Amino acid sequence: MATAAAQHTARTPAHDARGGAPDTDAHQRAFDAAIAADERIEPRDWMPDAYRATLIRQIAQHAHSEIIGMQPEANWITRAPSLRRKAILMAKVQDEAGHGLYLYSAAETLGVSRDELLDKLHSGRQKYSSIFNYPTLTWADVGAIGWLVDGAAITNQVPLCRCSYGPYARAMVRICKEESFHQRQGYELLLALSRGTPEQHAMAQDAVNRWWWPSLMMFGPPDDESEHSAQSMAWKIKRHSNDELRQRFVDICVPQAESLGLTLPDPDLKWNEERGHYDFGPIDWDEFWQVIKGNGPCNEQRMAQRRRAHDEGAWVREAAAAYAAKHTHDKEARRG
Amino acid sequence: MTAQPADTRTSLTTVSRETDVPAAAALALGDDALVLSHRLGEWIGHAPVLEEEVALTNIALDLLGQARVLLSMVGDEDELAYLREERAFTNLQLVEQPNGDFAHTIARQLYFSVYQHLLYGQLAAGDGPFAPLAAKAVKETAYHRDHAEQWTLRLGDGTQASHERMQRACEALWRFTGEMFQPVAGLDSVDWTGLEAAWLESLEDVLRRATLTLPEGPRSAPWAAGAGRQGVHTEPFGRMLAEMQHLHRSHPGATW
Ligand SMILES: [Fe+2]
Ligand SMILES: [Fe+2]
Repeated sequence: MATAAAQHTARTPAHDARGGAPDTDAHQRAFDAAIAADERIEPRDWMPDAYRATLIRQIAQHAHSEIIGMQPEANWITRAPSLRRKAILMAKVQDEAGHGLYLYSAAETLGVSRDELLDKLHSGRQKYSSIFNYPTLTWADVGAIGWLVDGAAITNQVPLCRCSYGPYARAMVRICKEESFHQRQGYELLLALSRGTPEQHAMAQDAVNRWWWPSLMMFGPPDDESEHSAQSMAWKIKRHSNDELRQRFVDICVPQAESLGLTLPDPDLKWNEERGHYDFGPIDWDEFWQVIKGNGPCNEQRMAQRRRAHDEGAWVREAAAAYAAKHTHDKEARRG
Repeated sequence: MTAQPADTRTSLTTVSRETDVPAAAALALGDDALVLSHRLGEWIGHAPVLEEEVALTNIALDLLGQARVLLSMVGDEDELAYLREERAFTNLQLVEQPNGDFAHTIARQLYFSVYQHLLYGQLAAGDGPFAPLAAKAVKETAYHRDHAEQWTLRLGDGTQASHERMQRACEALWRFTGEMFQPVAGLDSVDWTGLEAAWLESLEDVLRRATLTLPEGPRSAPWAAGAGRQGVHTEPFGRMLAEMQHLHRSHPGATW
């Protein structure tokens, strides 16, 4: 523990104040040692600029995905077919807003404000997960999103609970707990439909058919085409490759689909005894890149709604700020 | 035009369970909560700031929870929510009013939450069939009331633009507030006159602190004829129900 404490001191910028000129090499060595020892990097620790930039980019994209991800499911809140389902769905979408809050806070520890990040989202300079550019056409889509999209998110995010950056890792612990509720609720919604009337069963199957492939794309491009992966793995921001995680997800889903009484829309899906995994068919990466570039079915709509909510809310935020400023003055006047 | 309840409503007595619960009162309170929860649910994904996505949904969820308890006292919650016609709903016209801008939503919430907090306070203090529910709900409504009051202060005493919007919203919804104090059959222990006086006093106080003026218009219109509590609603309510009930009604007998 003594060495860890020593390293920690070397990583803390406050050291510079006492030691005179910053010693970037020493900082870099301490940082590398901390990463190698699987220690957490905390906000006040020295970190390479590129590490900080990578984290900001990833956490911001994650936060944006949480808030844009509210839209496709909120699309069904006013039409939920039972009061129980309505309560579950509202609570779920509320959780996603909460995830957005945790993640914007985690990003703030790296020196960027929520306003800056929202500006970048609204101006298209930062992205959100492409999965939310697909439409929710029926009630069963709510179940398919919970089961598959939240399921894929969990597969991606559980390893992030051990991410090298402390605030991000801690946010992920809270988030993953809630995501696993969402996944179970989605599964349970689909099960009720699958065992329901023939129309309900067909609705469930149709939704799974539409959401399966986009869910597999959530793990990102294949390992040999993934531009940020290697460095993120070295920094222990990322712990497993895209393809590893995708395979893990497929292996989890196949038996679950069977229990649901639903099929997955892939004729090549079969158990490979030798690999100990399910083989699956080729992913349409052309579609993936098209959606990322902005040509998905709902890119325009999602961004338009986000910007509209933000613009129409401007006077509310201004009022709150003006009131807070007056209020602070009042307090100061009373104190003075 | 008549303010008599529509025929669909009489069929409800056959749905009612054999309990001591006054069905009309459970429906009136349950419909208030159900309908306002639905309106608040329409905000999700459109709120002015992320914290309000969470806060408005919290309120919507509390109200939905109350609605489910109340409707279940009378019959099957889903049959009541999804299979009644517009004229069989007995919620206040106030709660069915469209969201409008954020100021309208806050004014509606302020008017209703102060009322509901006072009413549930009285019901919780008694020993009637609603006392257990009211005891829990009064804590929730205290939060709703505080949330609405805080925003009334911020909007009223924020910028010139927010002040004007908030004043307009308070005026626009004022005429729906008189209906709240018409005695509801089955809530015999409630002191409606005292409730109204306390409500007015509270509103005067909040609006004054928010630098707003208490609206002067009438608090109910003669043509409303008892209004929502008698199953007479405003035009936007039918559209709200059409959206809410559509999927459920498209699959008769299905379970979800
Ligand atoms: Fe989430
Ligand atoms: Fe989720």
